[in-house]
Amino acid sequence: MSGRVAGKVAIVTGAASGIGRASAMMLAREGAKVVVTDLAEPTGQATVDAITAEGGEAVFLHQDVTDEKRWKEIVSETLNRFGRLDILHNNAGVQKSKTVEEATLADWHFHMRANALGMFLGTREAIGAMKKNGAAGGSIINTVSTYGIVGEEFNAPYCASKGAARNFTKAAALHCGKAGYNIRVNAVHPGAVVTPLAEQELFDTLVLTGSDDADALWDDWRDEHPIGRLGQPDDIAYGVLYLASDEASFVTGADLVIDGGYLAQ
Amino acid sequence: MSDRVSGKVAIVTGAASGIGRMSAIRLAQEGANLAITDLNVIDGQSAVQEIVDAGGEAIFVEHDVTNEDRWKAVIAAVLERFGRLDVIVNCAGISISHSVEDTPLDEWNQIMSVNADSVFLGTKYAIEAMKRNDPVGGSIINISSAYGIIGEALNAAYCASKGAVMNFTKSAALHCGKSGYNIRVNSVHPGVVRTPMTEVEINELVELKGYDSVEEALEKEWAPTHPIGRIGDPIDVANGIVYLASDESSFMTGAELVIDGGMVAQ
Repeated sequence: MSGRVAGKVAIVTGAASGIGRASAMMLAREGAKVVVTDLAEPTGQATVDAITAEGGEAVFLHQDVTDEKRWKEIVSETLNRFGRLDILHNNAGVQKSKTVEEATLADWHFHMRANALGMFLGTREAIGAMKKNGAAGGSIINTVSTYGIVGEEFNAPYCASKGAARNFTKAAALHCGKAGYNIRVNAVHPGAVVTPLAEQELFDTLVLTGSDDADALWDDWRDEHPIGRLGQPDDIAYGVLYLASDEASFVTGADLVIDGGYLAQ
Repeated sequence: MSDRVSGKVAIVTGAASGIGRMSAIRLAQEGANLAITDLNVIDGQSAVQEIVDAGGEAIFVEHDVTNEDRWKAVIAAVLERFGRLDVIVNCAGISISHSVEDTPLDEWNQIMSVNADSVFLGTKYAIEAMKRNDPVGGSIINISSAYGIIGEALNAAYCASKGAVMNFTKSAALHCGKSGYNIRVNSVHPGVVRTPMTEVEINELVELKGYDSVEEALEKEWAPTHPIGRIGDPIDVANGIVYLASDESSFMTGAELVIDGGMVAQ
C-alpha cells in the first residue's frame, strides 16, 4: 500500500469518535496499520469497520488509558499482531468544564489522570517498543489543546491537565533526542473542533452560565476563531499525519497549533 | 509526482538555493506551478530548469525583495503567466552574525530590510492578488527562525528581524481572518539548516576555532544545540511548507511551525 505513512504501525487512543477517529482513518488511508483503542466499544469497532471498508487494516482494543497494566498489554498486543510500533497518537481525553471555585478534587484528578497520566504511560510504553525499531525510531503525537497554552476560566482542571501534557511532551522529546533514539514527540493544539467532546463542553458551559441558547454559544465560539469557523476533526488529523510521517523527521518537542488563529490574538 | 497542491500557483522568494529552492521543488512535485524569484539569476534559472526537467512548470523572475516596485512587477508577471496566486513562501533572507555591541547601524538596517521589510511587502502584495481569487483564498508562509522565538547572543539583528517576522505574521493572519478572506498566514521556524547561507557561518567557525573540517565544526558546534542530534536539511523545512501550502492546513493561521530538532523546546 502506498501512502505517506505506508508500512508503519500506529496506535490511536480515544479513536472511537472525534479527532481520534479522524486520525485513525487518515493514518490508515495513508498506509498505516492502526490499533484503535477506546473505552467505548461499539463506536471503537465502528472506526475499525470504517477503515476496513476503505481497504485499510485496523483492530480495536478496549483501553482505559489510566491503567498502567492495560498499556503494557496494548503495546504487546500491537507487537504480536503487527510486529512493530512506529506511531502513537495519545488522543484520549476528557473535559468537564468547571471553574477553580467549582471544581472538586475528584474533578481535578479526573482530568489529570485521563489527560496527563494517560499520556505519560502511553509515551513511556511506546518508547520501549519504538526503541526496538533501531534507527527507524518512531513518532509520538500528543493531542493537547490551545487550553494547554492559554487559560480559560470555565476549564480550570482541563487547562491544568493540558498544560502538563504540553510540557511533558517537550521533556520526553528532549530525553529521546539526547538518548539518540530518533523517537520524536510533539504536541498538537486544536482550537475548538466540532466533536462529541466539544458538544459536552458546550452543554457544560450552558449550565455554568445559566443559558439555554446553544446556537448563540456555538456562534460565540466560532467568532473567537479569527478564521471565521470552528475546526473539523480532519483539520487536526492532517496535522497528525504530517507529524507521524517521515516528512517531519526534524520536528520534535514542537507545538503544532491548529486553531484558526485563536492563539495569535 | 503527487497532488497535494495541484492547480495552485506559488511564488517562492530566495528560491535559487537552500530552503527556498527545495521548497519550490517540493511544491512543484506536489503539483503547483512555480515562480522562482531571487537576486541570483544563474542559480534561479537552474532551479527552474530542474523543475521543468522533472515535468513541472516554473518561471524565474529576478527579484530584490526589499524593492516595493519590484514586488508589484513580480506579482504582475505571475498573474500574467499563471492567472492567479495561491501560495507565497517568503523565504529570501540573510544572516550576518554579530552581538548587539558589534552590530553597526548599517548592518541592522540591511538585515531588517532583507528579512523583515521583504516579508511585509510580500504579504501585502500577495493578499492583494489572493483577494482576486474566486473564492478569495490563499496561503502565505513566512520563513522566520528558531531565533525568532529565542535569542542568540551573536545574532542581534538577525534575532530582531526574525522576531518581527513572527509577530507580523500573526497580525496579518488576524487581519485576513477577520476580513473574511480565507487567506492564511503562518510562520515557519527552522533550527540550523545546512544551506549556502549557513555554510558561510560554518566556514567562519572552522577558521575561527581551527577545526579540521566542516563536519567536525558541525558535530562540535551545532549538533549539540539540537536535541535530535543533527542539524536540519532543506527538505525538512520544505515538507513543512508543503503542509502549510496545502488545504490540509486550512484551519491553521497565525501559527508557528517549528522545525528545529527540539532546539526551542529546551
